[in-house]
Amino acid sequence: MTSKSLSQPRFKQLKTLRAIAIGLTISFAAPAFADNLPEVQRLIKQGQYPQALEKVDAYLSNKPKDAQGRFLKGLIYTEMNKPAEAISVFTKLTEDYPELPEPYNNLAVLYAQQKQYDKARTALEMAIRTHPSYAIAYENLGDVYAKLASQAYDKALQLDNANATTQNKLALIRDLITTSSKGNVKPTAATPTVATKASAPTAAPIASVVTTTPSAASTAPTKVAEAKPAAIVAPAVAPAPAPAPVAAVAKSDGASEDIAKAIAAWASAWSRKDVKSYLSSYASDFNTPKGMPRKAWEDEREERIAGKPGKISVTYDEPKITVNGDKATAVFRQHYKAPGLSSSTNKTLVLSRTSGKWLIKEENSR
Amino acid sequence: MLGRKFILLGLASCLASSLVTDALAKAPANPKPGKTQVSKVAVKPVAKKAKPGKTAKLVTPLAAVSTAKFAVATPATRLPAVVSDSGPEAQLVTIFKEIEANRLGNALQLTDALLSQHPNYRLASLIKGDLLLARRQDIQTFGAMTGAPPDKVADLRAEAIVRLRGYREKPETKNIPRYLLQMQPDQRHAIVVDTKRSRLYLYENDLSNGGRPRFVADYYVTQGKLGAEKVSEGDKKTPIGVYHVTSSVPRQKLADLYGSGAFPINYPNEWDKRQGRNGSGIWLHGTPSNTYSRPPKASEGCVVLTNQDLDIVAKSLQVGLTPVIISNSVEWLSFDDWAKERNELNKSIDAWRTDWESRDTERYMRHYSKRFKTNDQSLEQFAAQKKQVNASKEWIKVKTENLSVFRNPGKEEVVVVTFDQDYRSNNLNNLMKKRQYWLREDGKWKIIYEGSA
Repeated sequence: MTSKSLSQPRFKQLKTLRAIAIGLTISFAAPAFADNLPEVQRLIKQGQYPQALEKVDAYLSNKPKDAQGRFLKGLIYTEMNKPAEAISVFTKLTEDYPELPEPYNNLAVLYAQQKQYDKARTALEMAIRTHPSYAIAYENLGDVYAKLASQAYDKALQLDNANATTQNKLALIRDLITTSSKGNVKPTAATPTVATKASAPTAAPIASVVTTTPSAASTAPTKVAEAKPAAIVAPAVAPAPAPAPVAAVAKSDGASEDIAKAIAAWASAWSRKDVKSYLSSYASDFNTPKGMPRKAWEDEREERIAGKPGKISVTYDEPKITVNGDKATAVFRQHYKAPGLSSSTNKTLVLSRTSGKWLIKEENSR
Repeated sequence: MLGRKFILLGLASCLASSLVTDALAKAPANPKPGKTQVSKVAVKPVAKKAKPGKTAKLVTPLAAVSTAKFAVATPATRLPAVVSDSGPEAQLVTIFKEIEANRLGNALQLTDALLSQHPNYRLASLIKGDLLLARRQDIQTFGAMTGAPPDKVADLRAEAIVRLRGYREKPETKNIPRYLLQMQPDQRHAIVVDTKRSRLYLYENDLSNGGRPRFVADYYVTQGKLGAEKVSEGDKKTPIGVYHVTSSVPRQKLADLYGSGAFPINYPNEWDKRQGRNGSGIWLHGTPSNTYSRPPKASEGCVVLTNQDLDIVAKSLQVGLTPVIISNSVEWLSFDDWAKERNELNKSIDAWRTDWESRDTERYMRHYSKRFKTNDQSLEQFAAQKKQVNASKEWIKVKTENLSVFRNPGKEEVVVVTFDQDYRSNNLNNLMKKRQYWLREDGKWKIIYEGSA
């Protein structure tokens, strides 16, 4: 049994890994700033978006043109579920820096979330035009093409969207948009095992940035080539499929990472009022409060989350995670904010791992 | 990773390939256009012997698609500017050419352009789906979506085939559908429908040219679910015969199914009734709002155009006048053959007229077939009555005006003759519109039915 406090939980709270990896790529690509951006990134990771926004705005007031700052601002808006603002930020970035593929890609992710697949396609095609070997954009574009094809087929064949095949397709697409936020195993998700260790000792923002983005860096062409820390990158990318021969410690590290991500996804879904995603954080055998029927509990959660007017913000301090095989406990202080209610509680989540996914088995507040 | 993947749209390959070569390299057609033969039953691509120089590159994986063998008698020489290509055929042809050349990006762009013109165009949507899917994975067939309903894909594939074929095989301007032997002067246009080709041809009565039919344009049409040769009520077939537009139903009085307008025709006509055919409500009409175009076989028996095409055709339709001739395989005549047949019939009709004036009942009755009967008389009764009437006459003058002669499609050689009959005699004058059906019997044209029209 190992216990570990995650000093730098990565990939927290972000909607899509594809988007995130890109965020970091850019910082890697343009490392010439040192000011407040690491702080902004830290706040983003902790899910403290309003604070992060404040900081990044302050930063941008001095450097209004700065691509990295504006990119982070776009990410923050995305996380705060303000797609219009996020789209505006990324769009202007593409206008000012048409050579950067990342803003295009994230624009596409936002458009895809809004089911504007044609716009998503255009954006991704722009990303690829500037960077023909941009794997993430290709992957996204493939999904967007599939979605567009499915729409075209629905139209051509007058398919009822409720029928089975179409539903499958929609689920696939939901995958594209939200899967990654649930933190299930994807190549990119596997990278932090190495990254954490490498970055932990150093506080230097650049190093941290470099190491967190091995997979993105490896795909980022030209300009960063000479800076690419190949030794780190290569192993990180290679063991992508889970059963890679990693040491025991690394394994539990991986679990902690996964759990941290699961918690991040859970809090993020809650904040976004994405009830479906929120409920999917819970195991099917979740111990409902007072043993109430699952359905009743789900309805209650839905009412309290989606039914609540105004914004909800759920953030938390660094969780203390204890892993024991397929069971884990996460203890943290949770900050809940909604119109007319603001509370901080100590929360304990008991999680269990089912088919590679960490799901909440018990939830207790004190 | 997602580079140009190999894509095989069987349809495209089989249809687009020979378009250019054929259209350009084609010698100016057979001197005698004979009968059209379209075979699309064969399982194997048909050999090319039919047409020298034809380079139809047919692809096997999609046997059903690739078997369309194109007709011989209607060469695909490009027509002069009289042709209004209102439909999407030209764009489809280009799209399939691009697909065949593996320029899928261009193909997609063109398809998007087509869809922006006709957002409800299901065939274009299907092609778009295929082109997008091909960027993600290899696709093997037309309508490659997993679980695509095969009947709907088959419908769209059929539409693509007939549209492309229609485009390739526009009738030659110098040839004339043999049905349009003579239009009456106030019939400005005539319509000929070919159900096998899912095509409607619009002809103009070119009075400045001796009433020779002049090709104006052609359009894709939908026919009955179960094809042509209607016999009975509810058989979901389109009738074959010589009809005319009897009325016009404006859009606001129509259900959405009928689209932008409807023009009932006079099925069942005298000939149909004589053959024991029944049913009713056969119209030319438009397309419902949820689709740009319907599959080739989809109606209850009506002839359906896209709304856009119907609106154009409607401008040429005269209620009570415009002939609508529906054939299951239009036959074409060269101008000489057409003129010959027309003269022959005019002579026969004139001989009938003068023999009537002669008051010689025997001579007169030579123009009537043994199978002749009217609505209420047998041949014998008819002959007896004529004899009796003639006996009371000192003189008879018969004039036939506004004569129209249309050949009835089908195996039997039948023509429909309609005219204003001005009958004068010493004791009776009578004006009437008469319709006769003439049948060629033992090489001679004989009347098999007559009555007022």
